[in-house]
Amino acid sequence: MTIALSVNGRSVSTSADPATPLIDVLRNHLDLRGTRYGCGLEQCGSCMVVIDGKADYACSREVGSVAGRSVTTVEGLTVDGKMHPLQTAFLEEQAGQCGYCLSGILMSAKALLDRNPSPTRADIVTALDGNLCRCGAHPRILRAVEKAAAMIREGAGQ
Amino acid sequence: MSDTLPLSIVNNRRLEKWLRFEADRSLHLGVGKVEIGQGVLIALSQIAAEELDVDVSRVNILSGDTADAPDEGSTSSSQSIEVSGRSVRLVSAELRQRVLTRLAQRLNCSPSDITVEDGAFHLDDQPTGHDYWNFVGPADYEADITGAAQPKAPSSYRVVGQPVPRKDLIAKVSGAAFIHDMVRPDMLHARMLRQPGRGATLVGLDEAAIRRAAKGAFRVVRLGNFVAFVGADETVVQRAAVAAVTHAKWEGARVLTPEHGEAAWFVDQPADDRLVGDAPTTPTGEVVSAVYARPFVAHAAMAPSCGLAEFRDGHMEVWSHTQGVYPLRNSIADILGLPQDRVIVRHAHGAGCYGHNGADDAALDAAVIAQQLPGHCIRVQWRREEEFGYEPVSTAHRTRIAVELDAAGRPVDWTTEVWAGSHVQRPIYGGLFLAQEALPNPPPPAKPGDPPEANGGGGTRNGTPLYDFAAKRIVHHLALKTPVRTSSLRGLGALPNVFAMECFMDELAERAGKDPVAYRLAVLSDPRARYLVENVAARCDWSNRGPVGTGRGLGLAWARYKNKAAYACVAVELDVDEDIRLRRVWCCADAGLVINPDGAKNQLEGGIIHAASMTLKEQVMLDGDGITSLDWASYPIMTFSEVPEISTEIVHAPDLPTLGMGECTFGPTAAAIGNAVAHALGVRIREMPLTRERIAGVLARG
Repeated sequence: MTIALSVNGRSVSTSADPATPLIDVLRNHLDLRGTRYGCGLEQCGSCMVVIDGKADYACSREVGSVAGRSVTTVEGLTVDGKMHPLQTAFLEEQAGQCGYCLSGILMSAKALLDRNPSPTRADIVTALDGNLCRCGAHPRILRAVEKAAAMIREGAGQ
Repeated sequence: MSDTLPLSIVNNRRLEKWLRFEADRSLHLGVGKVEIGQGVLIALSQIAAEELDVDVSRVNILSGDTADAPDEGSTSSSQSIEVSGRSVRLVSAELRQRVLTRLAQRLNCSPSDITVEDGAFHLDDQPTGHDYWNFVGPADYEADITGAAQPKAPSSYRVVGQPVPRKDLIAKVSGAAFIHDMVRPDMLHARMLRQPGRGATLVGLDEAAIRRAAKGAFRVVRLGNFVAFVGADETVVQRAAVAAVTHAKWEGARVLTPEHGEAAWFVDQPADDRLVGDAPTTPTGEVVSAVYARPFVAHAAMAPSCGLAEFRDGHMEVWSHTQGVYPLRNSIADILGLPQDRVIVRHAHGAGCYGHNGADDAALDAAVIAQQLPGHCIRVQWRREEEFGYEPVSTAHRTRIAVELDAAGRPVDWTTEVWAGSHVQRPIYGGLFLAQEALPNPPPPAKPGDPPEANGGGGTRNGTPLYDFAAKRIVHHLALKTPVRTSSLRGLGALPNVFAMECFMDELAERAGKDPVAYRLAVLSDPRARYLVENVAARCDWSNRGPVGTGRGLGLAWARYKNKAAYACVAVELDVDEDIRLRRVWCCADAGLVINPDGAKNQLEGGIIHAASMTLKEQVMLDGDGITSLDWASYPIMTFSEVPEISTEIVHAPDLPTLGMGECTFGPTAAAIGNAVAHALGVRIREMPLTRERIAGVLARG
């Protein structure tokens, strides 16, 4: 039995047991290793991906539950070699220290900006509150998301 | 700068270990300090690029590799820029001098006539046709490094002092970037069953039940009480390890109670007692004292530890997010009975590292398994509960301050008395790896130790006040045993000691009827410290600080990390009702010459948030056979909604030696929070973390 789903806009199928955690399928079966294991308990957000437009944990979700659905990982942010404004803004703000939390944070931020291109600081904080950052890069990360939102708005207006 | 050569050069005299010009017109820079989230690689690259006049984008840095890069010990204690940065500067200046001297002979001119533009040599503003890549030869590398070349004057810097972006972050916002993401040929995944403490013996393991739960193929590697589940499918070995916890029977595990987790527990324990500083005197004036405490705290890195190892043809190759590849190489060789030249340890990036965490243990786990399964790469990934349960934690730490006052209420005799376990038990200082204690014939228990005062001390770190007091001393009670393994975490004793000392300064000011800032400045003659205190007091509008007990608090504290590294002053504004909510933080730091000001600010901000998290929320809980705070719900850290606005300033002092700054905000932040809470409430909480329960407790006592 195979499970078919869309990952980063590409149709993929996996022969993994449906009970396999989505994170293991992404990392070990599809070789998309930017989705990070942090706790396996839906507490830290390191494994966050976007599923059908909503940020969600990949660590404990079984791959069988995403059959036929659309999953975006951090690798899906770069399209045709061009970085997403979020990635550009995070680099411009040097919004990270160790960077382990960043792919989860980028995916939470992407889900936010896709549904709300003009978030307030409070909207961003709420969207990221399920993501932990241990190094204390929070102020830069918040600035970077604001900057990416502005870049997206300006791009859309061109 | 100091006349003595940095240890990094003394131990690595060969130039080619540090610098090589490669065929692709890049500059290879080898260093022993490693990236642990602090941005050190770009700063060291900037220093080399500056001295050699090569564009910084050409620098390819190799950090932490026993096969190629220099041995610079461990990446710790805010020493990377002070020591490695100074070394890279001297080495780069020396290579430049050797090359230009030889070229000047060829061109019949003086070396000072030659200018270097992105690695190309010019004479009288005309290209010479020579550059580093076509001119540098073996002759330039023959002699050992002397350290005698004169580096550039800071006034001529073009790259140092600029906010050059880090290269490593690009991968970290794009995909695979960490040791956890490495894929090697013939790789097998492994998970550990951990021995619940030294001396526990595995008396039963229901392998059939574990296999039923794992739903797939794996093998068990067992050596004494060392047990690993190894297989091609990571999901399967993860399931096996989770199931094994309930299907393993241990005897002889330690028995702990919650009291073991309190700093006060150390007071009655056998200890190595020492006096540092002035001899005790018989007080003639009033003596006041107070006791402060911090519990055990965890590194709590975002990623559980990971290690990779492969054993092929009698050679062991290991990848680790360790702080020190050479010390780890030496330990692995020793423990596995291999010659050192048959073990290579290479650094690979891990999650933010704030001291001696599980990295080295995971690397040894992998190497032990690899030795049993030659020809494979063994990838050990710790589980979250394993990270929280088994990483070395920072010891609980109790600080009592006793001060003799003069008639004006100013201290004349200051005693900092410390009860704590060891703050550093790295294997190179006699500490033990987890696997060592689980393998057959474990070595005797580690003897507790602490760094000497010359290296900043451990429990005594920052315990001597830098105020103008006539007599100062530390009484240190280093416990001979700790209930769980303890080792270094960002600042060692600095945070609990500065918390105690700078909070007590506020208590003394209040007693004397003085403003806390004015009280400090009256006994503080160091001009660099005075500048910071005055700067932060002005920026936080200290002179308009409201009355005590309104629920809104403003507190300030400062310290010079290790009494010899960077200075920092921090002010915190917060609100207290049931909980504490940080509103704004102001910080000013003086670290001498700053290599990368944006990276430095990132470190200041991160240190403030990390320290605030520790002060307000963090406590490792002990009970049963070990640590019971095994997830982020039971060990909460600061979240996005709890982080305050932070304003940082760095003193521009390019002509003063660089001072390590990764840890300088740690103590001042904790103490500023303590002082702000006391200002908000009108009562003082002297025990961390400053939780809702503690606030309710002091308010109930009135």
